[in-house]
Amino acid sequence: MLQVIGVLLENKPGALMRVTGLFTQRNYNIESLTVARTLDPSLSRMTVVVDVDSKIRAQVIKQINKLVNVLQATDLTDEPSVARELLLLRILSGMENRTAILKEAEIFGARVIDSSVDGFVIEATGDPAKLDEFVDVMRSYGEIQVTRSGLIAVSLEMKKLRLSPPIPTGQELEPAAK
Amino acid sequence: MSNLTSGAKMLLECLTREGVDTIFGYPGGVTLPLYDALFDHSIKHILVRHEQNAAFAAQGFARSTGRTGVCCATSGPGATNLVTGLVDAMMDSIPVVALTGQVTSKLIGTDAFQEADTFGLTRSATKHNFMVKTLAELPQIVHEAFYIASSGRPGPVLVDIPKDVFQAQGHYEPVTEIHLPGYKVYTEGHSGQIRRAAQMMWEAERPFVYAGGGIVWGRASAELRELVELLDAPAVCTLMGLGGLPGTHPNFISLPGMHGSYAANMGMTHADLLIALGTRFDDRVTGRLAAFAPHARVIHVDIDPAEISKNRHADIPIVGDAKRVLAKMNKVVAELKPAMAAKNSESRKSWWKQIRAWKEEHPFAAPVSTSDIKPQHLMAEIDRISNGKAIVTSDVGQHQMWAAQYIRFDDPFRWINSGGLGSMGFGLPSAMGAQAANPDKLVFAIVGDGGFQMSIPELATLANFNLPVKIIVSNNGYLGMIRQWQELFYNNRLSAAELTTFPDAEKLAGAYGFTGRTIDSPNDLRAALEEAVATPGPYLLNVKVSPFENVYPMVPAGGAINEMVLGQPQPVEVG
Repeated sequence: MLQVIGVLLENKPGALMRVTGLFTQRNYNIESLTVARTLDPSLSRMTVVVDVDSKIRAQVIKQINKLVNVLQATDLTDEPSVARELLLLRILSGMENRTAILKEAEIFGARVIDSSVDGFVIEATGDPAKLDEFVDVMRSYGEIQVTRSGLIAVSLEMKKLRLSPPIPTGQELEPAAK
Repeated sequence: MSNLTSGAKMLLECLTREGVDTIFGYPGGVTLPLYDALFDHSIKHILVRHEQNAAFAAQGFARSTGRTGVCCATSGPGATNLVTGLVDAMMDSIPVVALTGQVTSKLIGTDAFQEADTFGLTRSATKHNFMVKTLAELPQIVHEAFYIASSGRPGPVLVDIPKDVFQAQGHYEPVTEIHLPGYKVYTEGHSGQIRRAAQMMWEAERPFVYAGGGIVWGRASAELRELVELLDAPAVCTLMGLGGLPGTHPNFISLPGMHGSYAANMGMTHADLLIALGTRFDDRVTGRLAAFAPHARVIHVDIDPAEISKNRHADIPIVGDAKRVLAKMNKVVAELKPAMAAKNSESRKSWWKQIRAWKEEHPFAAPVSTSDIKPQHLMAEIDRISNGKAIVTSDVGQHQMWAAQYIRFDDPFRWINSGGLGSMGFGLPSAMGAQAANPDKLVFAIVGDGGFQMSIPELATLANFNLPVKIIVSNNGYLGMIRQWQELFYNNRLSAAELTTFPDAEKLAGAYGFTGRTIDSPNDLRAALEEAVATPGPYLLNVKVSPFENVYPMVPAGGAINEMVLGQPQPVEVG
């Protein structure tokens, strides 16, 4: 099943590699992954969609939380959250279909962002299933090329962020063996 | 320190503050500035003969002291050679800090001489890794590395340092605190869960303690012992946990799993409560998971939340440090004892009776032959000399399993072997590290003739630093475990299993300036071992053992642990 995970992580070298590497290492299939800085530029927020057996969902979250640079990983699959994806679609079409294409775009709440004699570039956002439908419809009007952003999601509940406090260095070493 | 200090010196200063006194390493082009600083520094550097063995030696140091081991290698091939040792430490949760040199910052990414993407290569080989970009962040990172390696569930941490950072000059300010906001260590354990667990322990009719490496690394052996005695429960220690409960303790059964004892595996299978402490339900312990401990409820205490319910569902999960959790648990168990001990005392009595019967039915009895040395006999003799006290390392394979079956350990941090990764070539270098950390203790390296030949170069290190490791080669002329599997599961087609050539031990050791000897008669065994121990300096004892001995009991791959093969099928006499 598809699991949607929100990850808040420190924007440190290799942080992205650690997350993607973990998925490869543990044999979790990534459906999509998006990442960008947060308001605090030292942090990034990532939305990952993975295709895993529902039995190991908790395990996936625990493994991500074990990464030193990860502040919080949350399973958004079943909790109140909204999820959206952005799609950019280029369609080549003759003059005869232009009106119909614009009409369809309007139905899907999509926006034309470029228009030329060859066709349009259209942007659409929504949940992935709706975007799939949009792509199907557009395909019927001509040759298309699609770029999708992957899902981004936000929880509707404020999650309390539990962070570890600073630790003094040079603490008493663990007692050595006898 | 107001004067300018080089990065290399700052690094050594940080290591000193972390209590490091020994580094195992091998120099190279980009670590020259570091080695220059080491030249007149109080930290002792042990020059190994291959970087992989630096990582294994650092593990031997850690596994015999409980402290973080440190290894060092140059960029490129030096760093890649460390990788096996790091993955090995990762699998067995051993605190190691690896320092690697990297090419000068401005050459990174240009395929420079001896450049490798160490940071990328070791991402999954370590608990965490760092690439130092500037001198300013070096001290902070070094302290973070030691903290991550040694806290929580221990593991290896690598710090990759470009040459120009070693050379750069700056003002050294001792770091007073580190901050890793996302790195969480849960130590206390949920007191409600602890109480429920204690209750469940008294309600059980057939409780069984399954203790792992977490007992050793959590310094919880005294607490484990107290719990086992309070409950009077039978206990097994895994390959990682041997010594967690003294091998002579009346409640100690053996190790469980693929080559565990009959009583251990039958006990697990018939228990109604499994008390799993600092252990991870490894496939070599559980066998076929669906058939593992089918009647048992599970209490699982582990410091790593991701281990809980990873392989086996835990009825009572407790995330915490073994020592702290067990200390609290013991209090509750003791408090409940007067009210509850009588409840199932009859069924517990018959549980012990059953376990004793299993023990007597199929004990680990060392077969002794008058014509040749049985490997089990060899281990029993080493056990006699060690008497629970020696540090024993092993390589990987049959001899490792026999050593684990026959040699008892009174204390944790005595038994050192590559459990999770099963790296051949581990035995000798890890013994080297253990001996360097414990110059006055008796250290045996029990190795096979296969694994020994993977680490032969380190004989030079032993001689060089006069590390008096007693190397005992259990030499059967085969890759024994490969041969065993080919015999049992591949119609005895012995493909690439025979080691026809082995060096003359006397000449080999002699070439390095110490004593070596080969024996093949059981009559010489005891005296030869005593001589090895009595001879100052390293000693190589090549023991020719029966070539076709198999490790039993054995749970075939994919089998349930109660479906053990208990011994060699007896040949049937025909006409």
